[in-house]
Formats: sequence, C-alpha cells, structure tokens
Amino acid sequence: MIKEEVKKKLEGKIKEWFEKNPRRIYITIDKKDLKEVAKILHKDLGMRLSTVTGIDNEKNFELIYHFGKDQTGELFNLRVFIEDKANPEIDSLVSLFNSTEWIEREIKEMLGVNFKGHPDLRHLLLDKDWPEEEYPLRKDYPLKKGYPQDE
Amino acid sequence: MSKERKIIPIGPYHPLQEEPEFFRLIVEGEKVIDVDIEIGYNHRGIEKLSETKHWDQVTFLVERICGICSTSHPLAYVLAVEDLLGIKPPPRASFIRMIIAELERIHSHLLWLGLAGHFIGYNTVWMWAWKAREPVLDLFELITGNRNHYAMMKIGGVRRDIKEEDYSVIKKTIKELYPQLDLFKKAVRDDPVIHKRTKGVGVLTKQEAISYGVAGPTARASGLKIDVRRDEPYCLYEEIDWQVITTEKGDVYDKILVRVLEMYESCRIIEQCVDRLKPGPIEVEVREIPPGEGIGRAEAPRGEVFHYIRSDGTNQPVRHKVRAPSYMNVASNKFAVKGYSISDAAITLAAVDPCYCCTERAVAYNKNREKIFTGQDLIKLSQEKTKKLEAELK
Repeated sequence: MIKEEVKKKLEGKIKEWFEKNPRRIYITIDKKDLKEVAKILHKDLGMRLSTVTGIDNEKNFELIYHFGKDQTGELFNLRVFIEDKANPEIDSLVSLFNSTEWIEREIKEMLGVNFKGHPDLRHLLLDKDWPEEEYPLRKDYPLKKGYPQDE
Repeated sequence: MSKERKIIPIGPYHPLQEEPEFFRLIVEGEKVIDVDIEIGYNHRGIEKLSETKHWDQVTFLVERICGICSTSHPLAYVLAVEDLLGIKPPPRASFIRMIIAELERIHSHLLWLGLAGHFIGYNTVWMWAWKAREPVLDLFELITGNRNHYAMMKIGGVRRDIKEEDYSVIKKTIKELYPQLDLFKKAVRDDPVIHKRTKGVGVLTKQEAISYGVAGPTARASGLKIDVRRDEPYCLYEEIDWQVITTEKGDVYDKILVRVLEMYESCRIIEQCVDRLKPGPIEVEVREIPPGEGIGRAEAPRGEVFHYIRSDGTNQPVRHKVRAPSYMNVASNKFAVKGYSISDAAITLAAVDPCYCCTERAVAYNKNREKIFTGQDLIKLSQEKTKKLEAELK
C-alpha cells in the first residue's frame, strides 16, 4: 500500500528501488532531489526521520536518510551519493526538521560533508579546538591518531 | 527583579551519570528565554572503534555505550546483523531477550522516577523508587550473573539460558512489584503539589515533537503513538498482549504518568514471556557475515535505538552507525524549557530522562561573573517551590 504510494509520489526521481525485505526499502535518488523527496515523505506521507548515516566509500560519499513509517513499520532509506570528494556538499534539511540540526552538524565534523543552508555548523561532539580538515570517520583517518593535544 | 539577561550554565560533567551535557540557559529575571545545548563531553568514537572489532566483539562494545539501558544497544545491533543475514532467532531466545529488555525498562523508569522525585523535593519518592528497583537488579544478577551489563545478546540468539527453577523467582519479583507501582501511580495521580509542579510545565507540543523527531516516552507523552515494539515488532512482541501508553499534553506530568503506566505493561509482558518459555535451542549458528547492510531498531527505555551496519564480507563492519534516543530527545529541550521559570528548569530538563549530571553541577553567574546559584541551589530552588506550594495548599 504505502510502497505503491511512495513509488507514485516519487515518480521520475527513483534511480534504484531495492527491497531487502518487506520492511527495509532502499531508494537511491539524485542529490538534487533530496529536499523535495524528503518533504514528500515527511509532509505528505507522514514519515519520521530516524537519523542519517554518512559513509565514506573512498570513491565517493554516501548519505542514507532513514525514514520510518511508524504506523506500518517500514523503513524507507533514501540513498544519496556525493561524487565530489574534494568539496562534498548537499542541501540541508533543517528547514524541514529541527532534528537534522544536530545530525548534520555531526556528519559535517565526522565526514566533512558541507550542508548548504545550515545555520550553525559548529562542532557537536568533537572539541571546538579539533583541527579543520581532519575528519575522523573518513577511511583514511588512522584509528590511533588520538586527540590533537596528545601529540 | 530587574529584566537583566543572565546566563546560567548547567553542566558539563558529573561522574555518576552517563551522558554529560551542557545547557546554557539564558534567563530574564526568573524566566528562561533561550537555551543552548552542548554535548560531546563523553564522545568516545565508538562508531570508528567498531570498524576495528570482530562482529562478535562489537556486541560487547556497544553494550558499554550506556550503563543504564545497557541491553538496548546490543539488542539493536544483533537485530541489525540478523536483518543483514535474514535470519530470526529461535522463539526461546526471543522471549529471553524480551524478558531482559522489559526488566531493564522497569529498572530504568524506576531510577528516573526516583530522581524526578528528588528534583521536585520528594525525597521519599526517591527512596521508595530505588528501594523498589533493588529486587529488579537482584533478579538480573540471578538470571544473568550481573546487575548491569548483562551480556545476554548474541548474533543469532542469546548467550545464556534462563534456568527453569528461576521462572518462579521472576514471577514472584514481578508480582511483588505491582503494589509498589500502585503506590507510585497513586502518589502521582492524587498529590496536588505534584500536579502544581508538573502540570503545564515544560510542554512539548505534538507538532514540535514531530519536528524534533523525539522518541519513546517523550514522544508518547506528547500524543505521538510510536513504539518500535508495536510498529516493527522485533523479537516476538506481536504475540504478546500489551498496550502502547500515550497521553496528550506533553508536560512533565504526562511524562511521569507515561513512564509509571508503562511499567505495568512491562510487568505484563514479562509474565507472558515466562509462561511461553518452552524448552528449545537458544541460538542459531552464524558462521560468517556476507556483504550487505542491515538495520536494527529496538525500543529502549528512552525510545528508539537505531543501528545501521554494513559488511563487505570481512570479519569487521565497514560502517556501524549508532543513534541513541536521547540524541533526539535532549535537543527538544530547546523548545520545552523556553518561557518557564528557572525553578522548573531542573525538572523539565530531567523530564526527557537524559541524565541528571548536568543539573547537579549548575552554577549561575550574573554579568559581573559573580556566582548566584550553584547546581545544588537550582535543585534547592525547585524543592523550595514545592514546599511553598505545599504550605499554600494546607
């Protein structure tokens, strides 16, 4: 039911539709459509944004926006790839959800993805003295590097 | 009092509780105008660390994320790996998982109830709640060997069985808990002072609750009927008769009530699970984790715990994303404390059940950086307000 509705509303924007099982649907979309698609899922279809996972695939960045339809239990996972490794950037969703304010700040400091339109991209979890251009969740960041002041 | 703006920093660290946070309350006179929240004092890089551990080691690693709801993270993690593998644990393992998860909910809610009582000056409630919590922890020790960090979860099942002779002990403990819960329910429902202190205070409206994406009792108190146990029944919650508790107003009173009533449901779930424990295997063997991705969600005492894992076929996850419910709930304080008095801040900030570390260490300065209140004063302020109300009502 809800799957048909999602397919219909997102017509033309779905690059790949993958159902791992009835409750786990992965939808790949283009990054320029993100804001519009998120709006449709949240405002029109009443879904809740659980969180966003940011992944460094080495050749590109991948963000997965996990939307849950609580009444029926499905998770719709919007997959967005950011190909530009040198200047990764994507639209911020702060205007849609207050919750993304922290989520995006965390991804910015951990992966170095910039969110266009975010009002305040200070560090959330890392120290404010943490050096710029050092992103701990990137694959090329060594595990045992330690905090800057330890060096 | 003049309309001079002051900043009250609350936090950042208290060694007794789990999540250090830092709240900067901006106040005008007695009224809270704005709040800035800083977290990260306890950031341990678990997501990065997890990428260097073997799949089985990660279960123990995530158990250390939280000391109070220490089973919810491993549960969500093993559910995520099982989602990747496409397997389900045997029924006996699922029922054992549920018993552990619900016992944990009871002890966590009792802990919160006690501290909430302490903040508004009801130290008797504090002592009673923690006294009632003690048998639950003893029960944990009996069936898992530990009062906390039970290490029961395992990919494909559970690590330890519950002995048949312990069934009756579990049922007896739960049976003895009911009269205690009645006592708390009565205290919350009938006490006029508690009503005055908590009703209409720290309201989180339904609309804001949706926008902040809050979870668990914080969401249910604002009228959002969400509970992972019902929405996406993991383990075998769909076979059990229980209810999702919701209230409408979203104030501190509703948050207390939701938690008290939820404990009854947890008791009912445990009783039914014990009745359904049939002899049988407690795990399915998992030899290797193929490439792929999986998501696990579990309802912790504070709300939805979310784990995402990705495998490339090696013996370690490529990416492991963890999101705890407080991450969403704490941010909602930005809305909930605004416009109320400072003496209500202690209980409002505590009402989402983050951790109390902060409130204990609050220090207030005026603009000349002279100390006005300390953290203890803030609690005292809250307790004095209760005493004043008590005297008025006599």
